[in-house]
Amino acid sequence: MQAFKSHQGLVIPLDRCNVDTDALLPKQYLKCVKKFGYGSWLFDDDRYLDPGDVYTDCNLRRTNPRFALNQPQYRGASILLAQDNFGCGSSREHAVWALRDFGIRVVIAPSFADIFYNNCFKNGLLPLVLARPAVAELFALEQQAAPLMLNIDLQSQTLSRGSAESWHFAIDAGRKENLIEGRDDIAVTLDAAESIKHFENQLYREEPWLKTDIR
Amino acid sequence: MNNSPQTLYDKLWARRCVKSFDNGLSLIYIDRHILHEVSSAQAFEGLRAAGRKPWRTSGALATPDHNVPTTERELGVEGIDDPLSRIQVQTLDDNCQRFGIPHFALQDVRQGIVHVIAPEQGLTLPGTAVVCGDSHTATHGAFAALGVGIGTSEVEHVLATSCLLQRKAKNMLVRVDGECLPGVSAKDIALYLIGQLGTAAGTGHTIEFAGSTITSLSMEGRMTLCNMAIEAGARAGLVAFDAVTANYLKGRRYAPSAELWDSALAVWHNLHSDADAEFDVCYQFDAAAIKPQVTWGTSPEMVIAVDEAIPAPSTVGEKQRDYQSALAYMGLKPGQSLGEITLDRVFIGSCTNSRIEDLRSAAQMVAGKKIAPTIKQALAVPGSGLVKRQAESEGLDRILMDAGFEWRQPGCSMCLGMNPDQLLPGEHCAATSNRNFVGRQGPNGRTHLVSPAMAAAAAIAGHFVDISGGGK
Ligand code: SF4
Repeated sequence: MQAFKSHQGLVIPLDRCNVDTDALLPKQYLKCVKKFGYGSWLFDDDRYLDPGDVYTDCNLRRTNPRFALNQPQYRGASILLAQDNFGCGSSREHAVWALRDFGIRVVIAPSFADIFYNNCFKNGLLPLVLARPAVAELFALEQQAAPLMLNIDLQSQTLSRGSAESWHFAIDAGRKENLIEGRDDIAVTLDAAESIKHFENQLYREEPWLKTDIR
Repeated sequence: MNNSPQTLYDKLWARRCVKSFDNGLSLIYIDRHILHEVSSAQAFEGLRAAGRKPWRTSGALATPDHNVPTTERELGVEGIDDPLSRIQVQTLDDNCQRFGIPHFALQDVRQGIVHVIAPEQGLTLPGTAVVCGDSHTATHGAFAALGVGIGTSEVEHVLATSCLLQRKAKNMLVRVDGECLPGVSAKDIALYLIGQLGTAAGTGHTIEFAGSTITSLSMEGRMTLCNMAIEAGARAGLVAFDAVTANYLKGRRYAPSAELWDSALAVWHNLHSDADAEFDVCYQFDAAAIKPQVTWGTSPEMVIAVDEAIPAPSTVGEKQRDYQSALAYMGLKPGQSLGEITLDRVFIGSCTNSRIEDLRSAAQMVAGKKIAPTIKQALAVPGSGLVKRQAESEGLDRILMDAGFEWRQPGCSMCLGMNPDQLLPGEHCAATSNRNFVGRQGPNGRTHLVSPAMAAAAAIAGHFVDISGGGK
C-alpha cells in the first residue's frame, strides 16, 4: 500500500451531504474483477452527460461542464472537499479505488461513513475529519480564491494553507501509524498468528457447535 | 470476568476479541465469512499475488447474487447474457474451487441473497461475528451476532487471517415500545427511525434495537430492521437473543442439535444488555406514532408517512440544497401528496424484504385482485431458492402471478440494477429494498422505499395508498 506522510494539492469543492458510494462509482463498473483503472468513472453520473458502461470509451462521452471535476481550474486537483456523511451506502471499495485512480489523496469532510472511512486507509487515502465550521471556512476560502492549495502533514495532524491558516485534525493512532508506514495489515495480523490459533482452540472448546463443515 | 454491566455489543466484542493493540485497534475473530461475486475477486487476487492461503475455509460460504439474472436458471453461469457479469460469477466459481471455499452455485436450490441464505441455513448464530463484503451484513445482528459489512481489502484480510482489524464502536440504544398500527411492519419502523434520526446518526455506533415493539417482531422482521441499521449510519445493528431467536434456529441445517443445542442455549441466554448497562446514546420512540412510510427523495432519511405531504426544502435548514436536488431528480414538488405519484414498476425483493413473511404479506394484499393497468411490471423475487420453494408450497406464487406479478428466481434483482432487472429513466418504482440513491435501480430511476404490504397495495392501486386502516 502507498504510504501517506504529507501532501500538497489543489482542492475540488463538492458542497453536498451524504455523497454515497453509488455516486462515487455507479454499479455498472463493479463488474470488473481488477483493482485498478476506475479513475475515469469517478462520479460518472455527474461527470458525463450521456450514460456509460465498462464498454464505453470515456473520451467519446460528453462531459458536464458544470461539474467541478470537469472544470479546468481543478485539473490535477487531489483533495476533495465535501460535507457530512461522505461515502455512505454500499461497502464497495471500488469507490475508493476510483478516487485513488483519479488522483485523489485526501477527502476532507465533517464526517464519513464507517466502511468507506476504513476502506480509505487500505488504499493510502486520507479521510480527513474536520469540524463543520472549519469545513465551511474552507468552502468559503475556495469560493474567494480558487484554486485553493492546501498542505496536509499527517505526523503533526495539521492542515494548512501556506503559513496563513492552519487547522488541527484528529485521527486514531493506529490508523495514522499504518498510513505513514504504508503497512500491510495482513502481515501485521499474521504476526499475531499464535494468539489467533490459541484463541481459536479455546473458542471451539467453549462453543463446539461452531465447528461446521459446509457442504 | 468483567463484572461491570455490559451492553450486548460489549459482550459480543469481548467474546471475539483476540487481542487489543495500544493504538486502539483490536483483532476480532470472525466465525462466518460470506462471499459474493462483486466484492471478492480482487481479494482472492490479492491472496494469490502475496502467495497466501486462506486461514481456514470451514467458516466461509460463497454464493453469486448481485449480478445474476432472475429469469431462467437451467443454463447456470452460461445463461448470463452480459459477458462481464458472467466473468464475475465464473470468477467466483473458480476462486471457490481453487481455494476450497464452500459455494452455493447458481443452480443450487440454496443459492440466494447472501443475507438471506446464511440465517436460513442456521449459519448465523448468536454470539458469533459474521462478515461479508457487503454493507447490509448488519442484517445478521438480528441474531444477537456481530454482523459487519467490510470492504474488499478486509475480505482479503479475513480470508488470510480469520480476523478483522477493528476499532470498537460506541453503543447506541434505540427503544421502540407499544403496539404497531395495523399495516405497519418492521420496514416501516426502520424507515421511520431513519427519518427521525437521519442517515448519519449511527456513524461510529452499533445500534441495539430494544423495547416491546422490537421483541414482538419475528426473526424476519428483526432482520429487516437490522438490515437497515446501515442506512442509519451504523455498521452493525443488534437485537438481543430470546425465545424467538431460538425457535427460528432450532432444526436449521447448521444450527447445533441434540446436547449441543442445550449447551448453546446456555451460552446464548446471556446475550442481552445487562439491566444497568450504559449506552453512549439512547433514543426512545412510541410505536403508535408510526404510520406506513414512503420515501420521496434520494436518501432513506427523505421519508414521510403515507398521508403526509412532500416537505418543502425551506423547512430543513442546512440540508436545503440536498432536498432541492432530490425533488428535481424525483420530479416532485413540495406539498404534493404521495398518492399523486403514478407508479411504473413495483419490486418486492432484496435482502431487506424477500423472506417468506414478506412474500406472505404481499400475497395477502393482492389475493384475488389485479395490478393496475398503468403498472408496467411488478416483480416478486424470493431471497433464496429455499424461500422460493416454501412460498410455492404455500401457493403464494400463484396468488402473486394471478394478480399480475412476475415470479422470479432468487437474487438481488432490481435492488441495485447490476443485472437485467432495472428501471428506465424517469420511472417511479415502489420498492421493498433499502436504498433510494440516485440511479440505484437504473440510471435516472426513481425509487420509493416501502414495506412489502405497501408495495403490493400500490401495485393494485397504481399509486400509494394508506393501508393502516386495514388494507382498503
Ligand atoms: S439485495 Fe440489494 S442491498 Fe441486499 S445484498 Fe443485494 S444488492 Fe445489496
